[in-house]
Amino acid sequence: MKVALFVPCYIDQFYPQVGVATLQLLEKLGVQAHFPAQQTCCGQPLANSGCERDALPIYKHFVNTFQDYDYVVAPSGSCVYHVRKHFDKLDQTAEVQHVRGAAYDLIDFISTVLKVDALPGAFPHKVGLHLSCHGQRGLHQANESEMTPVRDGQLSRLLRSLDGIELTQLNRNDECCGFGGTFCVSEAGISARMGQDRVADHVRNGTQVLTGSDMSCLMHLEGIVRRAKMPIKVMHAAEILNGVLASV
Amino acid sequence: MSHAIRADKFLLDADRTTWHDETLWFVREKRDRAVYAVPEFQELRELASQIKNHTLSRLDLYLQEFEAAAQANGVHVHWAADAAEHNAIILDIIKKQGATRVVKSKSMLTEECHLNPYLIQHGVEVVDTDLGERIIQFRDEAPSHIVLPAIHLKKEDVGDTFHTHLGTAKGESDPQRLTEAARQHLRSKFVAGEVAISGVNFAIAETGAVVVCTNEGNADLGVNLARVHIAAMGIEKIIPRLTDLGVFTRLLARSATGQPVTTYTSHFAKPAPDKEMHIVIVDNGRTQQLGRPDFRASLKCIRCGACMNTCPVYRRSGGHSYDFTVPGPIGAILSPNIDMKKHASLPFASTLCGSCTDVCPVKIDIHTQLYKWRQVLGEANEIPASKKWGMKFMGRVLASTRVYGLGGQFARRALRLLPHGLTHAPSFNAWAVARELPEAPKQSFREWYAKQPQPAPQPQSQVPA
Ligand code: SF4
Repeated sequence: MKVALFVPCYIDQFYPQVGVATLQLLEKLGVQAHFPAQQTCCGQPLANSGCERDALPIYKHFVNTFQDYDYVVAPSGSCVYHVRKHFDKLDQTAEVQHVRGAAYDLIDFISTVLKVDALPGAFPHKVGLHLSCHGQRGLHQANESEMTPVRDGQLSRLLRSLDGIELTQLNRNDECCGFGGTFCVSEAGISARMGQDRVADHVRNGTQVLTGSDMSCLMHLEGIVRRAKMPIKVMHAAEILNGVLASV
Repeated sequence: MSHAIRADKFLLDADRTTWHDETLWFVREKRDRAVYAVPEFQELRELASQIKNHTLSRLDLYLQEFEAAAQANGVHVHWAADAAEHNAIILDIIKKQGATRVVKSKSMLTEECHLNPYLIQHGVEVVDTDLGERIIQFRDEAPSHIVLPAIHLKKEDVGDTFHTHLGTAKGESDPQRLTEAARQHLRSKFVAGEVAISGVNFAIAETGAVVVCTNEGNADLGVNLARVHIAAMGIEKIIPRLTDLGVFTRLLARSATGQPVTTYTSHFAKPAPDKEMHIVIVDNGRTQQLGRPDFRASLKCIRCGACMNTCPVYRRSGGHSYDFTVPGPIGAILSPNIDMKKHASLPFASTLCGSCTDVCPVKIDIHTQLYKWRQVLGEANEIPASKKWGMKFMGRVLASTRVYGLGGQFARRALRLLPHGLTHAPSFNAWAVARELPEAPKQSFREWYAKQPQPAPQPQSQVPA
């Protein structure tokens, strides 16, 4: 199995430790992932801003970079969703179709491809899960509250398997955090307010560590937590799971 | 003025924003409970979606069938290409009656056509009889929601309004007493009404009847007391058969308010003896939308408002921030069809979280259409020039490994070295208005990786050439 690691641009630049944790976690699960150095970005920021045409060269660069791998794994559901869904704008060559199908969010890869549902290790903290919309509603990694009252999903299953962990019960299980890519700048006021409300739900219900599998939502929420100096630690799920596995 | 600017105005009153958000979320939760209780709800959605798709694919035929059936029932059928024709036809019917007093039940189509000001201008008294509609009519405001038109107002606001217009006690905010005042006031209007105008929720091609759903019974009271009933319907309200109706009535009220069914689901098929019934069938941009394959599915909308209640942006920006008759996610799809320039910012007033798509009872792919509108607007140069050029520049940078690497290094260094006050100046960094920027690490992931021992050799191609 030839696995490539895709580290989205903002993680590469601002959260290198998330890329490291992803790589190490995969290694511990028996997967030697390779990081092709020529990778840049999936093009989502441009396309979401209405500039899909300007993003096409980025899409092509992405396909060229990753076409030789069986899987492309990224610690960010929204980039994966973008590759899967919106690379339909390219000519659908065998390479393009392959890369679209090969793209996986890290947690989805662990659950669906590696078929791992539980991990040994302990994380004795009160953990709040931020379900990212692209992962949840786009990639169907978790149940949607619009459809069913049953709260379940890949990441919550993995986390629940850890010893001593307590998952926060939120008032609004899967409300959007308000990041939305360039939305966070073009509609900065609403975006901030949504993020504040989201964090408040976690604070109200006792979250100590806020986590999720999409670093973009977490970057936004972390910005709000740090501005308001709230006693919450924001970590990507890869950091938690990797740390836990190291200790066993 | 963009959606963001109008939204910022709404956000200034943080408490009202909280209240607005929580009130609509309460409705969304009520909807959830009603939906969870119907095990076949997802099948119902699929069925409704397919019926609508089918109907839209033969809209011309069903409209003709409907017209013939309605005429056979003794109903006068009129066709209006746009808002102006719609208004003129209705005024003409009223004038021929020698009438001056009209009672109207809730209709977003007449809002869309700006019928009220038009009739008033021509000397006709129009009274909106839905309670919420009446409140905003007193205040000379537009509805901020399609099901809950006065949802932006608190009961204290209603008290003030009724004090001014109905003479209730100053400071009265008891909902019961306020409703009673409205009831007494409306009763006199109902009795005096000569012509009743209603909207149409569903029009049944097979029978030529129209169906109107209300919770207050005001449409029925108006129609039964007046000599003439005028029903205004958009061309997309057609469903083929009477047996299809149950699918939609089961979905509509549950999605809208969490009720199993609306309190009144009234069928109007033919005029009572000595009375007249008219149906005005309106296009007003709908065939244009029908002709846009990417956006055609928006015509499936049954106006339940669920996408508004669930939309985290709508809940925090209020309906007026959309400046369009239909606000929220579906309005953001319908509005650029009418005026691309004016409504260019609306498809961007979304995080594309997809909750609207999942909640929609007729399975409109709302967030996908919002994404597609963005591309249409980008191609038509209707997005801000700074954004357009910024994105072009970014496209160049991100398509090249080398330029990207250098740019990243430069930006991180700048972030580390520049003073916080500069990097977080709200005037040129919208992110920093309410958020801290991430701390800029010394090395990027790729820099770290390059220093690691390299285990895996480049793999061979797996893909058939
Ligand atoms: S788009 Fe769907 S959810 Fe929104 S109002 Fe129309 S039918 Fe209801």
